[in-house]
Amino acid sequence: MFTFIFKRTLEAIPTLLVLITISFFLMHSAPGSPFSSERSLPPEVLANINAKYHLDEPILSQYFYYLGGLLQGDLGPSFRYKDFSINELVAQSFPVSAEIGLWSFFVAIVIGVSCGVFAALRQNSWLDYAVMSFANLGIVLPNFVLAPLCILFFSIYLQWLPAGGWNGGAWPYLVMPVIAMSTSYIAQIARITRGSMIETMHSNFIRTARAKGLPKYRIIIEHAMRPAMLPVVSYLGPAFVGIVTGSVIVDVYFGTGGIGQHFINGALNRDYSMVMGVTILIGTLTILFNAVVDILYAVIDPKIRY
Amino acid sequence: MMLTPDKTQAVEQFAERTVEIEGRSLWQDARQRFLSNRAAVISLIILCCIAAFSILGPLFSQWHYEDIDWEALSDISVLGRPAIESGHYFGTDTLGRDIFVRTMQGGQISLLVGVLGSFVAIVIGTLYGATSGYLGGKVDSVMMRFLEILNSFPFMFFVIILMTIFGRHIFLIFVAIGAISWLDMARIVRGQTLSLKNKEYIEAAHACGVSTFNIILRHIIPNLLGIVVVYATLLVPNMILLESFISFLGLGVQEPMTSWGVLISEGANAMELAVWQLAWPLSFLVLTLFCFNFLGDGLRDALDPKDR
Repeated sequence: MFTFIFKRTLEAIPTLLVLITISFFLMHSAPGSPFSSERSLPPEVLANINAKYHLDEPILSQYFYYLGGLLQGDLGPSFRYKDFSINELVAQSFPVSAEIGLWSFFVAIVIGVSCGVFAALRQNSWLDYAVMSFANLGIVLPNFVLAPLCILFFSIYLQWLPAGGWNGGAWPYLVMPVIAMSTSYIAQIARITRGSMIETMHSNFIRTARAKGLPKYRIIIEHAMRPAMLPVVSYLGPAFVGIVTGSVIVDVYFGTGGIGQHFINGALNRDYSMVMGVTILIGTLTILFNAVVDILYAVIDPKIRY
Repeated sequence: MMLTPDKTQAVEQFAERTVEIEGRSLWQDARQRFLSNRAAVISLIILCCIAAFSILGPLFSQWHYEDIDWEALSDISVLGRPAIESGHYFGTDTLGRDIFVRTMQGGQISLLVGVLGSFVAIVIGTLYGATSGYLGGKVDSVMMRFLEILNSFPFMFFVIILMTIFGRHIFLIFVAIGAISWLDMARIVRGQTLSLKNKEYIEAAHACGVSTFNIILRHIIPNLLGIVVVYATLLVPNMILLESFISFLGLGVQEPMTSWGVLISEGANAMELAVWQLAWPLSFLVLTLFCFNFLGDGLRDALDPKDR
């Protein structure tokens, strides 16, 4: 097991390096520069700024400057938010996204898995259709519709919850972002769980367990759940990364100040170091959680050994 | 035992019947299973209606999608209401433009974009996955590593970069988006190819001297079609949603053209003034996505070899 983890870590390094390289050159090959705004600066000032950020040098040496900084854990200064380094911005916004994300993840797993199992056990009954239609609603209702509807209902109509803001993560500020964030994941998890649960319930070892006369809840909890969770787990890895790195929609509508908005703004404004920073963060998390999924597979499924 | 004419006749009849039974192909089988799934068939019919409506609907409207009704503009919340007599069957938006014709026009774009994007994703994904799976060994591991790298990119990063490079031409954008959302497709196809490539008929083709490229194209890919079709139907709604998300960010189609995503994000802003501006395009979008999902599920039940 430890050799496996070690091997995966070693493999991750070249992958990450390629990721950084490709996104660096892609980002810089896009037309425009961080300082090409409507209010144009005098050419001398622009030249000075470009020189300060090494933007006047060939792109290859910019790349090595960036890599050098990265090795020291420095993601560089923001080109857009004056007086902020990317490290500070990420340190400020990532915890917010992560907190919303962790709650949403938890909610999505609990509701999604129970919906899926429930629907699978009553396959093709009206309860199955009702539960799955409810779950599918999360897929078909885009969250940029759900978010304003939530605000309209909970904040304006019922006046139960604040319409936006973060306030250090107090729970009233968390409810609506978590709803908006988790619905589509609930739907996906419920669908996958239902499918694999149906398949598992038809397999031979469940028939054996039933023939032994085990009570139904023990069959489900002790025998069916583990193999049925395998496809769910492989979905959860990438989903977890997506969910903790935040969503622009949530940030825009609820003004939570998470990382999603910084990323989109950064890409739109050619804030090179912002985009690179977030890309590296997401890339690292993706690789990390793919490895975690592989390890979890071995834990859940005794047939898999590394 | 005597061979009387009536006995031979009976045998012949029986023989004819067995021939008929043998004549059912995989696709006929699948079609029968599909047709017996009521939700999927109804979804397919609704989808056809929506598509026909999007294409033909504008012919029945008194307004053009760019037209501004200056009269309705003076008081949107009263004169802009959905009504038969004003010709605004679905009402007008806050700029006085007819929602009916704009929903239809947006539907054309959204559906086209969904289909086009999925098509590109599927062509690339199938070829890549089948090649990687069939060749195996070093080539396979390199190709899969490349996939892993692409997969760890933030999706929006690609979209935004492509948009700045290609400009904001919607079809180019969607060819580009299709070109980067083939990753899952490639992985699924590769897995399926791995189990196909040891079958006898592949071996036979190999022994006959068919080239590798032709084996992939003529023998592997046709046998993958089932799973590809299923995945394609599930990909189309994702593409439509993605388009609406990009439109929400203000990067999608440009005025005066529109799409469901644009209409919905405009409608969400005008929600308190003119509910119908959100309600119509949203219900079309939700209905379409629902139908595609049911259709995909139906096709999977019909084509998935596991359930047979």
